[in-house]
Amino acid sequence: MTSRAPRRSIRARRARSAAMVALTVVAALLATLPLVLILGLLLKQGASSLNWAFFTAMPKPVGETGGGMANALAGTLMLIAIASAIGLPVGIGAGMYLAEHRGGRLASVVRFLSDVLNGLPSIVVGIFAWQFLVRPVKHFSALAGGIALAAMMIPLVARATEEMIRLVPNSLREAALALGYPRWRTSLTVVLRTALPGIVTGALVAVARIAGETAPLLFTAFGNQFWSTSLTQPISALPLQIFSYAISPYEEWHSLAWAGALVLLALVLVISLIARYVTRSRFGHGHD
Amino acid sequence: MASTQLHGASVGDRIYRYTTTAFALSIPLLLVLLAFEVAVAAWPALKAFHLGFLTSSAWDAVNGTFGAAPAIYGTIVSSLLALLIATPLAIGVAIFLSEFAPSWLRQPVAFLVDLLAAIPSVVYGLWGIFVLVPFLREQVMPFLADRLHLGDTPLFSGPAYGPSMLAAGLILAIMVLPYISSVTREVLMAVPRSQREAALALGATRWEMIWGAVLPYASSGVMGSVILGLGRALGETMAVTMVIGNRHEISSSLFAPGYTMASVIANEFSEATNDMHLSALMAVGAVLLAITLMVNIIARWLVWRVERRGQA
Repeated sequence: MTSRAPRRSIRARRARSAAMVALTVVAALLATLPLVLILGLLLKQGASSLNWAFFTAMPKPVGETGGGMANALAGTLMLIAIASAIGLPVGIGAGMYLAEHRGGRLASVVRFLSDVLNGLPSIVVGIFAWQFLVRPVKHFSALAGGIALAAMMIPLVARATEEMIRLVPNSLREAALALGYPRWRTSLTVVLRTALPGIVTGALVAVARIAGETAPLLFTAFGNQFWSTSLTQPISALPLQIFSYAISPYEEWHSLAWAGALVLLALVLVISLIARYVTRSRFGHGHD
Repeated sequence: MASTQLHGASVGDRIYRYTTTAFALSIPLLLVLLAFEVAVAAWPALKAFHLGFLTSSAWDAVNGTFGAAPAIYGTIVSSLLALLIATPLAIGVAIFLSEFAPSWLRQPVAFLVDLLAAIPSVVYGLWGIFVLVPFLREQVMPFLADRLHLGDTPLFSGPAYGPSMLAAGLILAIMVLPYISSVTREVLMAVPRSQREAALALGATRWEMIWGAVLPYASSGVMGSVILGLGRALGETMAVTMVIGNRHEISSSLFAPGYTMASVIANEFSEATNDMHLSALMAVGAVLLAITLMVNIIARWLVWRVERRGQA
């Protein structure tokens, strides 16, 4: 079959190969281009409208200049705290189960379903939290927002914890058991402690992921123009505030949206960088 | 009673086992509860409109008739457009990183591409509103319609508003690219070295090695990564809501504004006044949930197949 096709010379084949390699380089350049464009503009627009008042002042009504997003910043931090308080223990516990029952049937089902849960649109999680937590009590609340975000964290943290615990050498576990440690103490004080830096990284990655989430909050935390730290009241969040300012028709609010986006992205990136640093210092000690 | 000490689990062990099992069970429980609650919220609208909900284009909150066809159409078109743009690029990046990149470049480029996935959706939307949409309106759309004389074809007809299916597809392409490329890269790295060495030993060039020996081996995993990207694109909310133009209409033109399932829900939720309108929005959410569940299950299965073969 191939004998009829003209055989390409080796030079033509090499040229073709080089061309394709060059195309993958172009793809890499094109893929990083939007990142450069977005970061560049964000720095330019955000920095020019960012000032101290942004962090300390409350939003001003339309028409008045100035104002900040102090309540949205506090709201985002509070939502992250609620989500972590619920999502981290459950996620880490589930991850420990997954790592200790590697081949078990329940473990494979849980592993698969947590990957599926992780791929679901965040807006669907928002609808769920609204129907489950907001509708019965008839008002939006910070707690519902935090729980919606926790639901998104759990599968992420569980899978990260599992991977990290798997890296702990089995000999360590066996040594502890041989010394007469009960299983639970072995798991908590030897295995979990050894895997801790990796788990911290996984937890931070999950926090970075939910910090910028907007869609679930539309149905739960809802947003609030005033200062609030109550669990049962609607609360503002940075992404919600950016969204409502961005689609508003006012110049003043647009520049606040840019400043908010810069702060939000900085928050997400700082958390991600800390996450990377924690793992690096771990692997720096010769674990890789 | 020494035997219970040796064989049976101690109290501490039992507590530990029950606690971790309960945490693990919370994940399936959460998923079931989620599906149940969404179905409950959607039920009144699904009962009132039956299958017509999926095929009708009438969306009239005042008269209480709802059909999700334009949103379903918009979701599928914008996601396919995004995949069409992102897939070749993402596979190219993955091949570059796993096969060709010098080791000093590999980490930084992979980090930059992963960073794209870290940018919050609402920030993409902000950039979309103030940069991408004006750029499309003033440069790209006139260029496509007038310079390339594509204005008479159905795909590129109509006035250039800016907010459009095209804008949604482009922003989605940027957003799903890192997901496709990072899973593809993992799948490519799971391809055994011997596969590559055998091709090179037979005299293949570097590209022939990739095309003939690496990609066929990884194909179902690459397919899985693309479907995973599809899952992301289908459910992406904020950025799309901000650039798609939000209109309940099916138009063949990519220049025309449209709607996706997620953006209808996000956009109309706070304005919905009557119960049927709310329930119709939740029914759109239920359809979205059903579609993304299916897409995710298929994708996970495909990726899992390659990774298992790589380990064996």
